[in-house]
Amino acid sequence: MIKLENVSKIYPDGTEAVRDISLQIQEGELCVLLGPSGCGKTTTMKMINRLIPITEGKIYIDGTDNQELDENELRRDIGYAIQEIGLFPHMTVAENIATVPHLKGWTKKEARNRADELLELMGMDPAEHMDKYPVELSGGQRQRVGVARSLGANPPIMLMDEPFGAIDPITRDSLQDEFLKIQAEIQKTIVFVTHDINEAIKMGTKIALLKDGELIQYSPPAELLAQPKNQFVRDFVGADRTLKSMRLMRARDAMKSSPKTVSVDSDIGEVREEMESSDVDYLIVTDDSGRFQGWIRAADLDGESVDSMEEVLSRDVGSVGRETALSDALSVMLEEDVANIPVLGNDNVLEGILTFNDLQQVIGETYTEEGGGRQVTG
Amino acid sequence: MKGKRIMSVILITIMVGLTIYYTLYGSQGWYDPASGDELLIRTWEHIKLVGIAEFLAITVGISAGLLITRPGLKFLASPVTGIANVGLAIPPLALVAGVSPFFGIGFRPGIIALFIYSLLPVLRNATVGIEDIDQSIIESAKGMGMSRLQIFRKIELPLALPVIVSGIRYSTILCVGTAAIAALINAGGLGEIIMRGQSGNFGSLMLQGALLTAGLAVTLDWLLSEAEEKLTPEGLKLGKEIE
Repeated sequence: MIKLENVSKIYPDGTEAVRDISLQIQEGELCVLLGPSGCGKTTTMKMINRLIPITEGKIYIDGTDNQELDENELRRDIGYAIQEIGLFPHMTVAENIATVPHLKGWTKKEARNRADELLELMGMDPAEHMDKYPVELSGGQRQRVGVARSLGANPPIMLMDEPFGAIDPITRDSLQDEFLKIQAEIQKTIVFVTHDINEAIKMGTKIALLKDGELIQYSPPAELLAQPKNQFVRDFVGADRTLKSMRLMRARDAMKSSPKTVSVDSDIGEVREEMESSDVDYLIVTDDSGRFQGWIRAADLDGESVDSMEEVLSRDVGSVGRETALSDALSVMLEEDVANIPVLGNDNVLEGILTFNDLQQVIGETYTEEGGGRQVTG
Repeated sequence: MKGKRIMSVILITIMVGLTIYYTLYGSQGWYDPASGDELLIRTWEHIKLVGIAEFLAITVGISAGLLITRPGLKFLASPVTGIANVGLAIPPLALVAGVSPFFGIGFRPGIIALFIYSLLPVLRNATVGIEDIDQSIIESAKGMGMSRLQIFRKIELPLALPVIVSGIRYSTILCVGTAAIAALINAGGLGEIIMRGQSGNFGSLMLQGALLTAGLAVTLDWLLSEAEEKLTPEGLKLGKEIE
């Protein structure tokens, strides 16, 4: 846990970079420090590992005042990744990743095994990349090695200053996704600095929005979007916050579970009956183990000549996963030109169905529930 | 590097070969070329001039150059490299001539002039080598908990080493040439032979001195290039290839 208590940074020339910030970051949380440039987010982060000395206030790490620790020891227990990455060009990937393990006195073998493990975690083939030099890697790979290096000695806390800032949007997006997956596994306490509201919403457990060195709002992303504290927050999150909250909500939040299905082995007559009796114009087809096989539409059954499942089963239709963001689900729907879409789990097992109506409803509900109102969405 | 090695060996062979030719067959009746013994003595003097001056320049230049990159003395870095750059614009002849009114003539004043002149590139490159390291590298090293000394030893020094050695190489070549001029203030060395040839308008003598001076410069340049290559970290060499 990280706790900032009335923290201020005042430079000798009188500039107040950070003013009286108090906030708590719980274990396993990813706290995003968000704000326009010059708002004090990086300064706040760097006071945690004492790269910038604190002027007033206290910072506690797991209950210990960070001023009481040796500054190098403190830093070795806090992962540190920056936008410019700062890989050591004269060291191999493995040596770079082993920096902190080495400082902490691990043996060569332990450090190398750790590098191997971390490259694997970052989705890079260890055998291929261990002994390469940074200059031989692509931008995205360097960024990955940078993150791997900050995880080197398995620190419980990580500070990340726009770690995905210097790469193209597509690579950044996939790195964010990968990192979220990794974070779900490793559960670090993370302070993540960014100026990008979309990244903040995507990555953050909580977002601390800063302006001119002051903490304006500290809330979970959904709350920041639904209940902006003042005009500055409203402006900063942007007029498209409805869309943004769709990015936050997952298919599982809006889907209907256990929809009506028929087995892929059923007789076409049974299917007709089923449709008529339950008054639906489509049915989902699954196999014995509940794996999604396709759709049958009532319209396709009109002709008398249809007599096998194969003829009417449309297999190539879009689907989404449980964790797919609603915004992505919506765009799949629009692309496939369908009003409902199956939600699939592992091994294509059908988990539920997401309809256009559900989508509309869920978004509407969150807004009225959380009192956000609709007036600013236009 | 291989190309440079071959070129150097060819050049050195030609220069030494020609010198031997002029020593054996360069007589023009009333003037004899320098004898083999004298050439050896003068070459040795020349090497001593360059060696001592360079030794001092490297010792002082690297320590001072690195020292002014340390926090606390950093404010000195840019004025000092500025002075070093301006100092290098002074023609060697002017420097050699300028030293003698204060320190007299002979071997020692020669060393002083050569030392001042050789110091500048070494000093400048030591400072620039450290200063030019990408700050994000230092920042991340610090952020990971490396101490100042560890950063200096493991990051700054290896990364600056190629630049430092290249400063030494440049300085040494400059020193070989300047040492020939130091003969003006009776410092000895191959310049003595060149000047004797010049005053007597005797080509063979001038060529003997000039060829050996040039040969010495090429030899040292080659050896120090090899050292530079050896001391450049692998990851940086690859960078150059890719760029």
